[in-house]
Amino acid sequence: MASFYGFEPKSRLFLGTAQYPSPAILAEAVKASGVEIVTVSLRREAGEGGAGQAFWSLIRDLGVRVLPNTAGCHGVKEAVTTAQMAREVFGTNWIKLEVIGEDDTLQPDVVGLIEAARILTQDGFEVFPYTTEDLVVGGRLLDAGCEVLMPWGAPIGSGRGLNNVYGLRSMRAHFPGIPLVVDAGIGLPSHAAQAMELGYDAILLNTAVAKAGDPVRMAQAFARAIEAGHQAFQAQPIEARDMAAPSTPVMGKAFLS
Amino acid sequence: MTLLLNGEPREVAATTLEQALAELGYAGKVVATAVNGDFVPARKRETVTLMEGDRIEVVAPMQGG
Repeated sequence: MASFYGFEPKSRLFLGTAQYPSPAILAEAVKASGVEIVTVSLRREAGEGGAGQAFWSLIRDLGVRVLPNTAGCHGVKEAVTTAQMAREVFGTNWIKLEVIGEDDTLQPDVVGLIEAARILTQDGFEVFPYTTEDLVVGGRLLDAGCEVLMPWGAPIGSGRGLNNVYGLRSMRAHFPGIPLVVDAGIGLPSHAAQAMELGYDAILLNTAVAKAGDPVRMAQAFARAIEAGHQAFQAQPIEARDMAAPSTPVMGKAFLS
Repeated sequence: MTLLLNGEPREVAATTLEQALAELGYAGKVVATAVNGDFVPARKRETVTLMEGDRIEVVAPMQGG
C-alpha cells in the first residue's frame, strides 16, 4: 500500500469537493466510492451568513482526511500565506501546493512551485505539489523535501485524460519509490485506469465526478476503474506487439482443406 | 478607522485584529486571517494593532479541487 506522509489509504481515489449539484450529493459520492482523502480550499468569508462554516461541518462529518489546496495562487508569497492559513483552519500539515503560471492551461509555475515547496517543507508542511511530468522539476521538488509528486494528466477541468503518456511512464520509471498521483485533467474512468496501469499510486480528480450527470455513480465507477488499473499493474501486463500471435495452439489442428 | 475587509472598505472602532473580527461578525467562526498579505495566527490576533487602510483577509473552508 502506498504511503502518503505515513497515511496509507485503502482507496486510491482522492476526490475534490467543488462543483457538485448539492452538498448532499458530494457527501453521497464520497461515501459511495469509499474515498478517504478529499481536497478543500479557502475563500473569503463574510462576517454574517458566510457559507464556509456549514461546508466545514459537512466535511468533518464525513470523517475523511482533508488535503487543503492553494488553488488560484499565482505567486510564491501568496501560496505560502494561503498554506499557512489552511494549516490553521483545517488542522493539518498537508497541503496540495498549486502555484499557477499560465491562465489558459493553469499550468504550474514550476520555478515558483519548487521555491514554495522548500519554504513550506522547512516550516513543517507535508507538501503534495501539483506539477508537470518534467523529471528535473520532480527531482528538485524531492530535493526541496516533497515526499509525493502529483503530475498533471491534462489541464485542470479539461477532461482530456493523459496528454503525455510517455512522460508519465518516464516519471514512474524515474522515481520508483516515490508515491505518484495523477492530478487533474482526468475525464473518464478509463483515463484513471490507464494511469494506474502505468503504476501510479493514486488519482486526484474533481470535475469528472462533480459535473457528471450522476456524480455518485461516476464516483463509484472511478473507484472501480482505479482499483482495476492498480490490480492490472500488479499483475504485470504483457508488452504490446505489432503483429498477431495466435493464442489458440496451432499444434494438433485438424487438417481439413 | 477604515479597513479594507476582503477588498471592501469597512468602518470599525476596533484597534486590534481580535476586536475587529468580533465587531465584524466573526466571533466563534472557523476562519484564518492575514493583514497586508501576511498570515496572522489566531493566537496573535489580539497583539496585532490595526492601522488606517490595513488590508484584512478573512477566509474560511470552501469547496476545492
